[in-house]
Amino acid sequence: MNNALADLLLKNQKEILEQWMKNQLSNNTLREDLMSNENLRRQSQELLDLFLKAVKKGNYDDLNTREYEGIIEMLQGISISRAQQGYSPKETAIFVFSLKEALINTIVKADGDSKEAVNSILIINNLLDQLGIITFETFIRGRESVILRQTQEINEISTPVIRVWEGILALPIIGTLDSARTQIVMENLLQEIVNTGSSIAILDISGVPAVDSLVAQHLIKTVSATRLMGAECIISGIRAEIAQTIVHLGIDLSNIQTKASLASALKLAFAMLQLEVKKGERKIIK
Amino acid sequence: MIALNREIIEIAKELDVVFFRQRLKEHAVKIGMSVLNQTKLITASSELVRNMLKYAGGGQICIEVINEKMQIGIKVTFEDKGPGIPDIHKAMQDGFSTGKSLGLGLPGAKRLVNEFDIKSEIGKGTIVTIVRWKNGL
Repeated sequence: MNNALADLLLKNQKEILEQWMKNQLSNNTLREDLMSNENLRRQSQELLDLFLKAVKKGNYDDLNTREYEGIIEMLQGISISRAQQGYSPKETAIFVFSLKEALINTIVKADGDSKEAVNSILIINNLLDQLGIITFETFIRGRESVILRQTQEINEISTPVIRVWEGILALPIIGTLDSARTQIVMENLLQEIVNTGSSIAILDISGVPAVDSLVAQHLIKTVSATRLMGAECIISGIRAEIAQTIVHLGIDLSNIQTKASLASALKLAFAMLQLEVKKGERKIIK
Repeated sequence: MIALNREIIEIAKELDVVFFRQRLKEHAVKIGMSVLNQTKLITASSELVRNMLKYAGGGQICIEVINEKMQIGIKVTFEDKGPGIPDIHKAMQDGFSTGKSLGLGLPGAKRLVNEFDIKSEIGKGTIVTIVRWKNGL
């Protein structure tokens, strides 16, 4: 019976395409501004060919087989290229779903409302739904990969090491300090210590929203690594509420130099390097 | 106890932690909690949600704004289906950790909130409930 369905569809291929095109052209989500009707027709023709090729052997439910490789690949391609052209995922899905109507019409015309027809319609319905979902999945996967790439980019951009003075580096940390982030911060800092021969590094955590024990542990690790390189580390930007929270948590930061603001940390760094900042006498130039 | 506002957040990956913290902060700001108490609540929750991710691979968090005895506060319930904690008494001690961390998460979180309750069953999961009152010490 299933093969009969495939034969029926194959026989009426032309009619189905016409009907499908008609459905698409009459739908108000049609985007003539983005794709010409000839192109749309070519795309539809190709998809229908692949669809009929896939169902030829009577497999209507398992999409993980070889027969479906071609059509799935094409759907993914369509989804991506349409997304780039500016189609919404809804419009792409409607493109696939509108084929359903054409197929079902053909079945009804041939078999009427017999039991077989109902069965065939259910089968076609399920299959087309699955194919439509593929376009959605591809669209979302594309978006997700963009988000992931951006996250990585943000991580790398947002950890600059600034040379504030000869021998003094500052590192403003903004955002949540997780393991991956700490790794990047530490690498950048240690590399910059080598490059500049600096002996003092200031880690400013004003931009870190919450300091819990994991963040503290990461900070302690960074400080230890800096010390191993022969440089001293000062942590600045500890707000009043964070100081109290750290005490309640029971984190011991007593063997790390800490300051409330970047300015006082810089002052301490100057003192450690025996530098003095003085207000100069103003010379009046005539 | 009257629950005024309720929100459930699923935790499955590290990025969910950031979202959860933002939502928690919004609730705390809405009831007018001081910055210090906000920070304490958020830090304690941060510890607990990290534990949840690390040992149970995720779970569910329920944030509630509650009203009891003329005071308003926030209750957060952390529920996971992880391996459970074999010895809660030990886990609540400073410096005890099975996972190479500082071992301050649970006891530290307890010190940061007004009410702390932990229930754990081996093989079934752990439920931690914390309450921080708006004007509590």
